[in-house]
Amino acid sequence: MSENQIKNIEAEFDARIARDEKIEPKDWMPEKYRQTHIRQISQHAHSEIVGMLPEGNWITRAPSLRRKVALLAKVQDEAGHGLYLYSACETLGISRDELYEQLHTGKAKYSSIFNYPTITWADIGAIGWLVDGAAIINQVPLCNTSYGPYARAMIRVCKEESFHQRQGYEIMMTLAEGTKEQKTMAQDALNRWWWPSLMMFGPTDAESVHTAQSMKWKLKRKTNDELRQQFVDQTVPQAELIGLTVPDPDLKWNDERQSYDFGAIDWDEFWQVVKGHGPMNKQRINARVSAWENGEWVRDAAMAYAKKQEESRTKQAM
Amino acid sequence: MMKEELYEYILGVADNSLILGQRLGELCGHGPSLETDIACTNISLDLFGQTRSYFQYAAKLIGNDATEDTVAFLRTEREYRNVLLVEQPNTDFAYTIARQFLFDVFHFLFLDQLKNSNDLNLSAIANKAIKEVSYHQRFSTDWIKRLGDGTPESAQRIQAAIDDLWRYTDELFHTSNIDDKIIEAGIGVNLSELKDPYYSRVIQVLEESKLVTPESKWFQKGGKAGVHTEHMGYILSDMQYMQRTFPNMTW
Repeated sequence: MSENQIKNIEAEFDARIARDEKIEPKDWMPEKYRQTHIRQISQHAHSEIVGMLPEGNWITRAPSLRRKVALLAKVQDEAGHGLYLYSACETLGISRDELYEQLHTGKAKYSSIFNYPTITWADIGAIGWLVDGAAIINQVPLCNTSYGPYARAMIRVCKEESFHQRQGYEIMMTLAEGTKEQKTMAQDALNRWWWPSLMMFGPTDAESVHTAQSMKWKLKRKTNDELRQQFVDQTVPQAELIGLTVPDPDLKWNDERQSYDFGAIDWDEFWQVVKGHGPMNKQRINARVSAWENGEWVRDAAMAYAKKQEESRTKQAM
Repeated sequence: MMKEELYEYILGVADNSLILGQRLGELCGHGPSLETDIACTNISLDLFGQTRSYFQYAAKLIGNDATEDTVAFLRTEREYRNVLLVEQPNTDFAYTIARQFLFDVFHFLFLDQLKNSNDLNLSAIANKAIKEVSYHQRFSTDWIKRLGDGTPESAQRIQAAIDDLWRYTDELFHTSNIDDKIIEAGIGVNLSELKDPYYSRVIQVLEESKLVTPESKWFQKGGKAGVHTEHMGYILSDMQYMQRTFPNMTW
């Protein structure tokens, strides 16, 4: 292709996105568009899979059968999200094995929030309420993103996340209405998960390197700071409703802005965790790597068996 | 027949689902592939769903503010009635599959009879559960075949797991005095009638999977009388942790 032809085709591509048309796997796309989508979709898929670990940590100890079943189903949903996000990502010409390799070697990132430990039952409520709540705010705009397979996957993901969020809030509400010990447990969980949840929206707009390009491709529709503000405004009244206190002395309603002002985020902590030095980074990756390595002989057996079956079918056909 | 006897009988049935569900729940997030992870979690969910139906009924029978949770969580180790097979650990994926397969074949035959129970609650639960268990059986049977006729390593591992767990199969068919009464009342299942179809089905699958049927005639028993393996205490420590640490609370 000549330089001019490429320019034309790029202009046509940009115009399609501007008209809100979906880009499909076999369509031409700029290499950078492909790479950015691989990065974001795989990061999202990895977050689902790593996110199974802190919650899975409470399946055997859930306090009632009803809670146990709900938690199992929830963690299973995350696995399902991982599955269709990896599939969406594969349409961009990369295999699931390669994506795992990137996760296991630390080349690909996942949401930093999952590098915090779940130490009490209330943490399961807090994750559903805050972490899934923040995820929804991040993800709803993606239902309209330009890349077709990703947008379609996100529609289902968002429906399920919204259910998880209500389920998490209901756990917190039950604790907040319970005994003194339960209420303390709920408040403690909110204290520990609040700031990491705010960090889920990523660095401030001034520091965010990908925002401008992602906005152009409709991979992002609002900036990190706008989304973070939306989360605070939505969540503070929910905490008040069940009698919990958001752990931020600077939190104050701003009448002029019709929004909450909130305190400074500890960005040193954010970067420490992003760079691999959070409380659970090593354990999370070790758990994924060992599941993968311990599963190798199982996957090999399945492949060998399938091959034998196919060979015997071919033989019969001859 | 007394309500207490029916209650005891239900525990003997439901505890198998509870403890196997708990064991499978340990694996969530650690499976060899996303697909198997989802499948094992699904089986665990089915088993807990069955457990809840049985225990809700059992709780109603004994009254006294009993609930599905008091029945599930507030018994001592000696009061759990599950067979030893289901409490065996997830040593590796071969053990998980072998345990599942050896239980599923029994479970399916059992529910197929329980469907005809005179007790409408039990027959309704069995009618629903058998649809789920027919899928479990298909899943574990398929994996026995894949592992048995996969690679030399997988064949060796699944054979080792089958050999090791074989000694827990005979207990599936043991009956107690209570069983006899419940069977007589047309409520329970005559386990001795399931033994031949069980072993013939299991042996058939093992042969199709190029695996050797263990010859050992030494079997272990005790679970049904509440005498468990050393694993059981740890399962309960996890499972009962919240209920024991924070008694009498709503979650």
